[in-house]
Amino acid sequence: MKKTHFHSLHTSNGAKMVSFAGFEMPIQYPKGIIHEHKVVRNAVGVFDVSHMGEFEVRGNDALAFLQKISLNDVSKLEKGKAQYSAMCYPDGGIVDDMLVYHCGDYYMMVVNGACEEKDWAWVQENAAEFNDLAVTNVSDEFNLLAVQGPKSLEVIAKLTDIAIADIPYYNFAFGNCCGEEMILSRTGYTGEIGMELYFKGGEEKATKVWNAIFEAGAEFGIEPIGLGARDTLRLEKGYCLYGNDIDNTTNPIEAGLGWITKLQKGDFNGKEKIAAVKAEGAKRKLVGFVMQTEKLLPRQNYKIMANGAEIGAITSGNISPLLGKGIGLGYVAAEFSAPGTIIEIAARNTTFPAEVTKLPFL
Amino acid sequence: MNFPEELKYTTDHEWIRIEGNVGTVGVTEHAQSELGDVVYIDYNGATAVNQGDAFGTIEAVKTVAELYSPVSGTIIETNDTINDAPESVNNDPYGAGWLMKIELSDPAQLDALMDAAAYRALVGH
Repeated sequence: MKKTHFHSLHTSNGAKMVSFAGFEMPIQYPKGIIHEHKVVRNAVGVFDVSHMGEFEVRGNDALAFLQKISLNDVSKLEKGKAQYSAMCYPDGGIVDDMLVYHCGDYYMMVVNGACEEKDWAWVQENAAEFNDLAVTNVSDEFNLLAVQGPKSLEVIAKLTDIAIADIPYYNFAFGNCCGEEMILSRTGYTGEIGMELYFKGGEEKATKVWNAIFEAGAEFGIEPIGLGARDTLRLEKGYCLYGNDIDNTTNPIEAGLGWITKLQKGDFNGKEKIAAVKAEGAKRKLVGFVMQTEKLLPRQNYKIMANGAEIGAITSGNISPLLGKGIGLGYVAAEFSAPGTIIEIAARNTTFPAEVTKLPFL
Repeated sequence: MNFPEELKYTTDHEWIRIEGNVGTVGVTEHAQSELGDVVYIDYNGATAVNQGDAFGTIEAVKTVAELYSPVSGTIIETNDTINDAPESVNNDPYGAGWLMKIELSDPAQLDALMDAAAYRALVGH
């Protein structure tokens, strides 16, 4: 089991540690997931997401390679910007979702920690057909902290000379923060404003950066946040989680990722299958739903029913701490995907009503 | 963790407090810690129960769990205000977070339940 360079800080903060993506990671701290969720929505929280994978892509063929492996149009990505995208297999199944950063003379792909190994294999396989290309797996070199919440930029502003306010959403800057060189990226997985900080170095540097952030954030009530709240925060915003809502059996059109799938950009992995699904219309769709009862929280793999027949299954579910209601994502037969449709969730030998709703939930 | 001496415990991580022929039942501090934030208790309406029968479901942020009666008997009361403040299961599992009261039909069953020391050994705290 791998440990991030923040591991001893998590345990000294009383975190409950779990195995995730090959790492021992904090799922929650003593005050609990709902508390942590509200800290991020109302103030500022810090996530150690160093388990994420980072690949650097260099060479004259870098753009051509990324155009082949990424659904989104990387040629539209400008220096200093990040782009949300995904990779597909030729059958249209999703390898992983990812961010692509245009770093000037190279690109950086940021992938899910749980997928890093197979993503790296897929990257290497695809890279083989390009001559002027160098791909490097730098996942083990990078620490990654996500500082998220309405007060997050005020915290970071105290720690850097970079004009944080001038970095728009999905833009980033190279610079010095907390005395270390890092990538300051206006991205995140919470739906709040925030920064993700990529920096290299061992436990000593990691501890220094963490302590500087917590010192600067003390006046705003900054707290460490675990993977549990990371999941409830992203779910409230309707963001897909690879392994739950998307995987190698789901097509980006079904998953509602048509907006990152640029069929006009030229050839790319999975294009033919994805275009066919788009042309025929997806037979099933990923939808959000809100429970109409308090009695049941929706959970992954519960069946979704309508008129007594099975129409799909839940892929993610939990309580929305802000709405105080059960919310979930799941695939349903396309005819039941319109907002306002009443569906039923099967559990405990009965069913519980829910309503299909637009995303995000809030 | 706190496991009061006067209670009896089950391997399903419930406790029972005996007063006369009535037992008050809840989940242990260990159980609430494993469940994370509790958000709803769904009683299933059972009244006459055998030892080990389910009397409801506890919905928490991290997981869902069945609630099992530690003893046989008749459920005479459930905690009807628990869903106004389900977090009391987390904050006060042996007090405000109680879940049901049962009139015992076979008090001898209590002898086979764990005392605090045995339960503490089971959960390793």
